[in-house]
Amino acid sequence: MSPVQVRGEVLSTRRVGEYHSLTVVAPGIADGARPGQFVALAVGGEHSSMLLRRAFSIYRVQERGVYGGTVEVVFSVHGKGTAWLAGLRAHDPLDIVGPLGKPFSLPMEAVTATLVGGGYGSAPLFGLAEQLRARGCRVDFVLGAATEGRLFGALEAKRISTQVAITTEDGSLGEKGRVTDVLPAMLERNGGEVVYACGPMPMLKAVHEVATAYGAHSQCAVEEAMACGVGVCMTCVLPVVGDDGLTRMVRSCVDGPVFNGDLVRWDDVGTVPPDAVGAPVVEVAP
Amino acid sequence: MTRMRITTERPGVRPLPEVDMSTSLGPVALPAPVLTASGCAAAGRELDQFFDVTEIGAVVTKSIMLKPRSGRPTPRMSETPSGMLNSIGLQGPGIDAFLENDLPWLHRRGARAVVSIAGTTVDEYTKLAQRLRNADGVTAVEVNISCPNVEDRGQVFACDPVAAAAVVAAVRRSTSPGVPVLAKLSPDVTDIVAVARSVVDAGADVLSMINTSLGMVIDTRTMRPALGGLTGGLSGPAIRPLAVRCVWQVRAALPDVPICGMGGIRSGLDALEFLLAGASTVAVGTVLFNDPSAAIRVQRELQLALGDRGFDRLVDAIGYAHREEPGPVAIVPDTDDFGPDVPDDS
Repeated sequence: MSPVQVRGEVLSTRRVGEYHSLTVVAPGIADGARPGQFVALAVGGEHSSMLLRRAFSIYRVQERGVYGGTVEVVFSVHGKGTAWLAGLRAHDPLDIVGPLGKPFSLPMEAVTATLVGGGYGSAPLFGLAEQLRARGCRVDFVLGAATEGRLFGALEAKRISTQVAITTEDGSLGEKGRVTDVLPAMLERNGGEVVYACGPMPMLKAVHEVATAYGAHSQCAVEEAMACGVGVCMTCVLPVVGDDGLTRMVRSCVDGPVFNGDLVRWDDVGTVPPDAVGAPVVEVAP
Repeated sequence: MTRMRITTERPGVRPLPEVDMSTSLGPVALPAPVLTASGCAAAGRELDQFFDVTEIGAVVTKSIMLKPRSGRPTPRMSETPSGMLNSIGLQGPGIDAFLENDLPWLHRRGARAVVSIAGTTVDEYTKLAQRLRNADGVTAVEVNISCPNVEDRGQVFACDPVAAAAVVAAVRRSTSPGVPVLAKLSPDVTDIVAVARSVVDAGADVLSMINTSLGMVIDTRTMRPALGGLTGGLSGPAIRPLAVRCVWQVRAALPDVPICGMGGIRSGLDALEFLLAGASTVAVGTVLFNDPSAAIRVQRELQLALGDRGFDRLVDAIGYAHREEPGPVAIVPDTDDFGPDVPDDS
């Protein structure tokens, strides 16, 4: 479905560990939103000096109900825009655009899926888990974060999955280490065919490599800085291989944020590879 | 195509007053005055999900080059106070794909298309203009001679009146006589009037003012430039007074030359400032990233603002700030204490 722009209203806010959650009444966005899609929020109010929208994966949607459609996002405060969002209270207006981007693809068959989330990057994986289970898939989770307070959804993951592995870098919960330290054992045990991942780029790269080593297909929801979220600004690009085998700088907002892990040039993210379509011609010194 | 519902209208929206909003882009009549600034609307398709692109004056496309171009490495943008810095570097599919996909879509959709072109040599601009000459649906050609995101600052034609004129003359020669040629000027010059005069003499029908101004942000965490391209173009409301000044100076020197005014327009009153300074059309750019329906919103707010000031026709407001007699002060709905802004009730 096409994205819509609505003047939403904050329904509720809550703290989740070190994160903030915001539930917004946003009719038209909840209907038809699929796991992996995101919303772009205007920050700072109507006269804000912060012009760029902040993009967040959709954690949960409620299509109907007493309040009409609601959308919930989870975020961490790391700048003026997110600090403003964290200060919102019930009934505050919020301009919201969504649902945006390509969602996770669902398998045609009842496979075993391993869902890997880093920090609040796990947010879109819970709606995904429900849809996978509805298709008869086995769902296992690997959740990791720097500290216990920065894990998101560990209890929920336990409720809706067969197995959960938790890692923290400081060892405050689960195994001390990173998701990729425990992912091999998980894939060994469950023989999973599909890995879904969302989190920081270095984590996605590492998860994709582990998945590939175990013969699993990976789908990764990337986090790239975006200005508009709707496909017009061309800031959120990364090198991705197309069906024709050629690498292009594609927009993560409309061509992603979910990409087939095999097609992302992980080592070249942040650069324009010399073999990309339209890359600058490097002049060779005589 | 299904129209989406926009519920962003502020409460208490007033009915639009009877104002003739038609204007012109040089020799071409436009039913409405607001355009999209090049590079901020792709080729119109994405924004058509949020407002009807046929209702605005025209869609100005992202600058098209002869060949596909990958642009600069990321990070490509940094938010700045009331603005942003970008170093996209003219990423685009090239003229072949543009003529195959983007232009036909705009044409079928019924949108007026101003095609922005960019090149690194006069010959490239000529070839681009020749390709467009045989294409359907080109309302005007905008010559981007002022993109700051090129490796060689010496390539910014708009910084040199002679080089700027050479490009504009070549494009004018290769473009159908009835199709206006717009020259997009850079504010990063000592004397913008000199460049304006030079490109008008070379055949420019309209001046598009202004492109972004070259800027830089240093990331204080990494202690390195924030953008992959090191420097970038500054846009948004932060540069609006700079843009209004440029429009004012060129209008004062060349009162008969049509100007498409742009630079930080966010509201109808911002657009009105440009009309009063001498622009006959306006373009919205960076605000589209903040509000994807801004083009139509600004157009409606401008109509309200003109009606509030007693204008029956938009064209009567063009250059109105240059008049000798101050005349009566318009009694208009509350504006911000600190200067022009969006009326609370618009």
